[in-house]
Amino acid sequence: MIELKNICKEFKTQKGSFTALRDVSLDINDGEIFGIIGLSGAGKSTLVRCINYLEKPTSGQVIIDGRELGALNKKELLKLRQNIGMIFQGFNLLEQRTVLKNICFPLEISGRSKADAQKRARELLELVGLSDKENAYPSQLSGGQKQRVAIARAMAPEPKYLLCDEATSALDPDTTRSILELMREINRKLGVTIVVITHEMKVIDTICDRVAVMDNSIVTEVGEVASVFAEPKSEIAKKLILPELKTVENITGGERIRLIYNGESSFTPLLSNIILSCGVPLNILHAETKDIYGKAYGEIILQLPEDSRSAARVKNYLNANNITYSVLEGGGKNVGNTSQAVG
Amino acid sequence: MSEILRKLLDNGILQLGIWETVYMTFISAFFSYLVGLPLGVLICVTAKDGIRPIPWLNRILDVLVNIFRSIPFIILMVAVLPAAKLIVGTSLGNRAMIVTLVLAAIPYVARMAESSIKEVDKGVIEAAQSMGANEFSIITKVLIPEAKPALLVGAVISLVTILGYSAMAGTIGGGGLGMIAITYGYQRFNNEIVWICVALTIIIVQLIQEIGMHIARRTDKRTA
Ligand SMILES: Nc1ncnc2c1ncn2[C@@H]1O[C@H](COP(=O)(O)OP(=O)(O)OP(=O)(O)O)[C@@H](O)[C@H]1O
Ligand SMILES: [Mg+2]
Repeated sequence: MIELKNICKEFKTQKGSFTALRDVSLDINDGEIFGIIGLSGAGKSTLVRCINYLEKPTSGQVIIDGRELGALNKKELLKLRQNIGMIFQGFNLLEQRTVLKNICFPLEISGRSKADAQKRARELLELVGLSDKENAYPSQLSGGQKQRVAIARAMAPEPKYLLCDEATSALDPDTTRSILELMREINRKLGVTIVVITHEMKVIDTICDRVAVMDNSIVTEVGEVASVFAEPKSEIAKKLILPELKTVENITGGERIRLIYNGESSFTPLLSNIILSCGVPLNILHAETKDIYGKAYGEIILQLPEDSRSAARVKNYLNANNITYSVLEGGGKNVGNTSQAVG
Repeated sequence: MSEILRKLLDNGILQLGIWETVYMTFISAFFSYLVGLPLGVLICVTAKDGIRPIPWLNRILDVLVNIFRSIPFIILMVAVLPAAKLIVGTSLGNRAMIVTLVLAAIPYVARMAESSIKEVDKGVIEAAQSMGANEFSIITKVLIPEAKPALLVGAVISLVTILGYSAMAGTIGGGGLGMIAITYGYQRFNNEIVWICVALTIIIVQLIQEIGMHIARRTDKRTA
C-alpha cells in the first residue's frame, strides 16, 4: 500500500519559491489501478515522483508497505526503488542498447547474472509481445513498441508497483488502447498496483478503479471512477469530464441537464418515456457511451424547454424515477461548467 | 628534389618525423583521456543539475579547467617543462613533450567529455534512478555508453588539436614534423621542406578525421 500523508513540495526558483504540491494525502491500495488526472502544471508528475522519492517532499510522509521513505538511508531507498517500476511519456530507453539489453538493465544494476537477466528479459519480451525485436535498437521501433519495451524493463525486477507518468500521451488512440490493455493485463495477471498519471479522461475511464483529480497543486476529489464520472464535484473534475460542453456553449434556450446511465438500462426507452409522459419536446445536445473499467456508461446532455413549467415536469419525472441527473448551469450563453448534482 | 630533402629521406629523418608525430599524438591523447575523461565526468556529475551535486567541488574544477584552457599552448608548454622534468626526469625530447602535451590537453579533453555527457537525455538518467541505480552504475552504464558517439567525435577533435600542439612542441626540443619543418625548412630557408611537412600533416589529419568519424558513426545506434 502506498500512503501519502500531507505531502508538500516547494521548488526554489530565481523568482522565489513555487508550491507544486500543497498538503496532498492519498492512499493507494494494493492491486488497484489508481489514476491521477489534472491539467498541465497541476503537479501530477511532481506527485508521482514523490512516490519513489525522485523528488523529496518538502514536508509530509511517503509510506510504502509501512516503511517511511524519508527514514531510509540511501542504500535502502535504492533497494526499495527496485520494487517500484516507472514508465514515462518519453519512454526513456537507452538508445545505445538493444531491446534485450535495455530490459536487462535493472537486473544488471541489482547484480543478477547475465544469463539469468537475459532469461528473465526474454520472458518479459514475450509478455509484451516483442520477442522478435530483442536485437533491435530503440531507434528502430515505433512509439508503441518503445513503450512496451519500457514496460518490460520496468517489470523486469518483478516490482509490486508500477508508476506511469503520461505513458500514453505520445501515442495515437489505437496504440494507446493497446498499451492500456497491456497495463490492465499486468494488473490482473501479476497483481501489480498501478498508478496512472494522465490529462486524458479516456485513460482513466478505460483502466482505473479509482481516480484523484488534481488542480493547482491540490487534490480536489478522490473516488471510484464511476462515481466521480457520474457526479463530478470540483470545478476541475467537471471541466475534465464534461469537455464536450464547450461545443454546445453557444446554444441558447432552456436549461441543460446531464444524465448518466450505467449499462443496465438503455437510452431509448428512457428518452421516449420522458417525452411521452411529460409531453414536452427535448433537444439532445450530446450523447455518448463510455466504457468505464469494462462497464458501459451512457452520458446524455438534454436541453429542456424554455418555459419553466415544462422543465419542472421533466425534472419531477426524473426525480420520481430515481434517475441521476445534474443541471448544467446557465442554459444559454453564460456557461460556467458548474452543475449541481441532484439524485 | 632538393639536396636536403634527399638527405632527409635517405637518413630516414622524414619517416621518423611522421612516426614521431603520430605516436606523440596518440600517446598524449591516451594519457590526457585517462585524466580528462574522469575529470569531465566529475564536472558533469557534481554540477547543480547533475546526479550528485557538489557545488564547491564543481566550482573549483570548473575554474581550474578554465584557467588552464585560457593559457596559450606555447606559453603553457614552456611553463610546464619543469613539471616534465619532475615526471620523466628530463625537459628535452619526446618523453618530455608528451608530458607537456598531456598537461595541456587534459583541460581540453575534460571540456570535450563534459559537453558530450551533458547531452545525455535527462529522462534516461531519471529512468535509471527510478530503477534504483546508484551514481557509479549511472556513470558507467548510462552516461558514458549513451554519450559514446559524441565522445568519439570529441576524441577525433582532441587528436587533431593535440597533433597541432605537437608541431609547436617541435620548437622546444620535441621531434616530429613540426621540428623538421622548423629546423630543416624554416631555419634553412627551404620552403620545399616546409610545404612537404604541411602536406604530410594535412594527410595525417584527414586520415584521423575520416577513420575517426567513420567509427563514431558506426557506433551510434540512434541512426542504425
Ligand atoms: N524542478 C522544478 N523547479 C521548479 N518548478 C518546478 C520543477 N518541477 C516542476 N515545477 C513546477 O511545478 C508545477 C507542477 O509541475 P508538474 O510537472 O508536476 O506538472 P504536471 O501536472 O505533471 O504537468 P504536465 O501535465 O504538463 O506534465 C509546474 O508549474 C512546474 O513549473
Ligand atoms: Mg507531468
